[in-house]
Amino acid sequence: MSEPSYDCIVIGGGHNGLVCATYLARSGRSVLVLEAASQIGGAAITREFAPGFRVSACAHLLHLMPGSLIRDLGLEARGLQLAAARMPTTAIAPDAPPLPIDARNSTPLAARSRADAAALPAYQARLRRLAEALHPILESAPPRLGTDSWQDRLSWLRIGWRLRRLGRKDMRELLRIGGMCVQDLLDEHFETPLLKGALGFDAVLGTNAGPRSPGSVFPLLYRMAAEVQGGSALAQPVGGLGALSDSLARAALAAGAAIRTGAVVERITVRGDRASGVTLKSGEQIGAASVISNADPKTTFLQLLGGEYLDTGFVRRVAHLRARGVTAKLHLALNRLPQFTGLAPSGLVGRLLLSPSLDYIERAFNHAKYGEYSPAPIVEITVPTVSDASLAPAGKHVLSAVVQYAPYELAAGWQHERQRFADLVIDALERCAPGLRDCVEAVELLSPPDIEREFRISGGHWHHAELALDQFFIVRPVPGAAQYRTPVGGLYLCGAGCHPGGGVMGIAGRNAARQLMREAA
Amino acid sequence: MLTESEPHYRQPLLKSPFHERARALSQVDSFIPWSGYTTVDVFTFVEQEYFAIRNATTLYDLTPMVKYRIAGADALRYLNRLMTRDIGKLKCGRVAYSVWCNDEGHLIDDGTVFRLGESEYRLCTGERQLDWLLDSSLGFDVQISEVTEETAALAVQGPTSCAVLRAFGLAGIELLKPFELEHFVLPAAIGADGRIMVSRTGFTGDLGYELWMRPEDAEGVWDALMDAGRECAIRPIGSRALNMARIEAGFVLSNVDFVSGERTLRVGTGRSPFELGLGWLVDFDKGHFNGRRALLEEQRRGPQRRLVGLDIEGNKPAHSALLYADKAGKQQVGNVTSATWSPTCKRNIALAMLDAPHIETGRRIWAEIYLNRELVWERRMARAQVVERPFYAPERRRATPPADY
Repeated sequence: MSEPSYDCIVIGGGHNGLVCATYLARSGRSVLVLEAASQIGGAAITREFAPGFRVSACAHLLHLMPGSLIRDLGLEARGLQLAAARMPTTAIAPDAPPLPIDARNSTPLAARSRADAAALPAYQARLRRLAEALHPILESAPPRLGTDSWQDRLSWLRIGWRLRRLGRKDMRELLRIGGMCVQDLLDEHFETPLLKGALGFDAVLGTNAGPRSPGSVFPLLYRMAAEVQGGSALAQPVGGLGALSDSLARAALAAGAAIRTGAVVERITVRGDRASGVTLKSGEQIGAASVISNADPKTTFLQLLGGEYLDTGFVRRVAHLRARGVTAKLHLALNRLPQFTGLAPSGLVGRLLLSPSLDYIERAFNHAKYGEYSPAPIVEITVPTVSDASLAPAGKHVLSAVVQYAPYELAAGWQHERQRFADLVIDALERCAPGLRDCVEAVELLSPPDIEREFRISGGHWHHAELALDQFFIVRPVPGAAQYRTPVGGLYLCGAGCHPGGGVMGIAGRNAARQLMREAA
Repeated sequence: MLTESEPHYRQPLLKSPFHERARALSQVDSFIPWSGYTTVDVFTFVEQEYFAIRNATTLYDLTPMVKYRIAGADALRYLNRLMTRDIGKLKCGRVAYSVWCNDEGHLIDDGTVFRLGESEYRLCTGERQLDWLLDSSLGFDVQISEVTEETAALAVQGPTSCAVLRAFGLAGIELLKPFELEHFVLPAAIGADGRIMVSRTGFTGDLGYELWMRPEDAEGVWDALMDAGRECAIRPIGSRALNMARIEAGFVLSNVDFVSGERTLRVGTGRSPFELGLGWLVDFDKGHFNGRRALLEEQRRGPQRRLVGLDIEGNKPAHSALLYADKAGKQQVGNVTSATWSPTCKRNIALAMLDAPHIETGRRIWAEIYLNRELVWERRMARAQVVERPFYAPERRRATPPADY
């Protein structure tokens, strides 16, 4: 049996895996990326969901990847083009006219509340200042606590300095709101339910939390901090998110990495307490000096590696990692452009948030706590074909929606409920866009178990692990694996389960590569 | 055992199947709780019971020892990941003493592993820890259940214990080697088709056996043993006398000489096998096990402290004594964890946790001993010397067949 050997094997060709592979290959290492699916990209792919209709199957917006990373990898030269950038956000509701969420254009908001229109710019400016202070935390690899390493101490100093520079008022505000619930924060500032619903939406998007859950301000700050570095705010690549992955793959290939698709890794092999390669489902064994896993922490440690190579306390922490998805994805093939009441067609360039009030979100969340989906869910809607006609047959359109709350563990079982939930979401959309149902040609709903199956993410959580204060930074995914290295020598993590976390960001992949190179140095 | 008729809050402590027999023989009504059971601390007086261990035969109720059944296709792999020792070397019908650690390489507990079948083991240990055992089983095809109440256990220890067991009716018991186990048919008088498992194990450092039986056979076995042992001056003993014997034998006791690493709250109070002088139980070559990486790192760093034996001048046991490098008591170097006057060795002995570099054999240090002189307390600085463990290890503990005496 031949056993080709590589310096590095990257398990999973998601965006982080590809970023990691590129940097490792650029350092002169031989790198092999193994992707289980037939196309690379992980949860950032574009695929057909109905004949002639294509969609970004999981993530559908690009807004968190740092511009520096995009430039460094030369993604634009490798085919990444934006169909839409700086996409606006509009709040919609069945019983109220649409409300653009834009601090620079206060007229529509002022028509509903002068006070809110006056408060919004200051609110956003302050959150942005706090987010900017948090930004270096997102960029850097988490330092360790209680070590003698000068590098760790320097990192702590840098973070401390950055926060200190906020000044007394902002620092106090950061400490005050850091663990707060987003409803309390928004109630302090605003009175318009539709505005608060839309601002609160971004705090709970992708998380197992409602606006009254403690700590729900944190995901909002996190998202804003990530957007500080995202070059183009909300953006939509030409050809969908899959085009981003294609350009990342080209960067990896150009750097000298090899990529194999359809290669399902069954086990990480260990020899002498070091990762020594992988065994594929086909039985093929491939040796490597280092193995870097883009898979989520539970899959990596409990399935691919196995508890026998780890200590019980560590396994316990991994098993307790909160990673149950509550977010579903809905794809509609439409025979014409949908018309949302009161919204000009140009409004469809951006994203629409169906999240009429904080009470509405909290009620939607209530059901998720008890293993039920929301009868009145919150939805982030995009119609990517408005900016990119290549995704659908001529004249036809695609609606791509992120829907909450759809708990992974549905008491009634998703097999029986998937269709009913899809109908319910379409009904909710229909109330804002009368006639929508009649132009639907095909429907695809991906429940968290579907996301788990298709994208091989344990729990179907698209952040790989819940994004919350207790699973962030020096404790993400778990203590003992928070610096991209793991207890097993030569085994690294590079996925969204690591710091800084989910969203199509790529920093985890870059940091993991840096960690590996630093250790080799 | 818990009974159905009484609510649990009226039965704060369980009664072992030997309880009625023990109560009948207790002269001083001295009972103490142990692992949720009420057990005898002293039957008559401690010196009498101690000397029975070293000169006759003793019965000690082991039922409260926590027992786990560990079985399944991956039982061996599971135990090898759990424990520091290579359980793969443990043959069917044998017993091994081992320790197991948490991620930091600190002892969770120690105990004995019985290999009852190809893939069936029993683990006997001091503390309940099903959560740790179950959490350790993730990814292994193994079933773990606590069987403490399903099995009554009795230690039969002392120089005449083999003769007593033969008289009791266990033909061929003299051929049982240390750390072996054997199944016997119970004498018909005790119970129809009753069976009993006997292992040549114990906590006294002397010749001795442990008997494992169904709870319903317990009283019959006790009575028959007391009959069979009459000529050999058999007597039941409590925990106090056993503790003297186990210190002489140099055995560590959880919550006395170490605290489980999963229960310590303060930094630096967990103890590794190396620190407890149990480095011989750590097998780095068998593959991964809990705490392996931390223990490798500790081995590389060298010891910071170690449990040692102490020989202390005078005859006053150095209970909980602080230890100093100097007589003035300025430089503390450790503390005593277990202490006793050893009647057999005629030495004042102790187990102590000492800081490096004071751990070498022969090192002379000072022990601060408090003496109660009719309620007037005096402090005495006594010379102490680091000595090898065990303090007492008679040849008969290993002899097969053992002499009758």
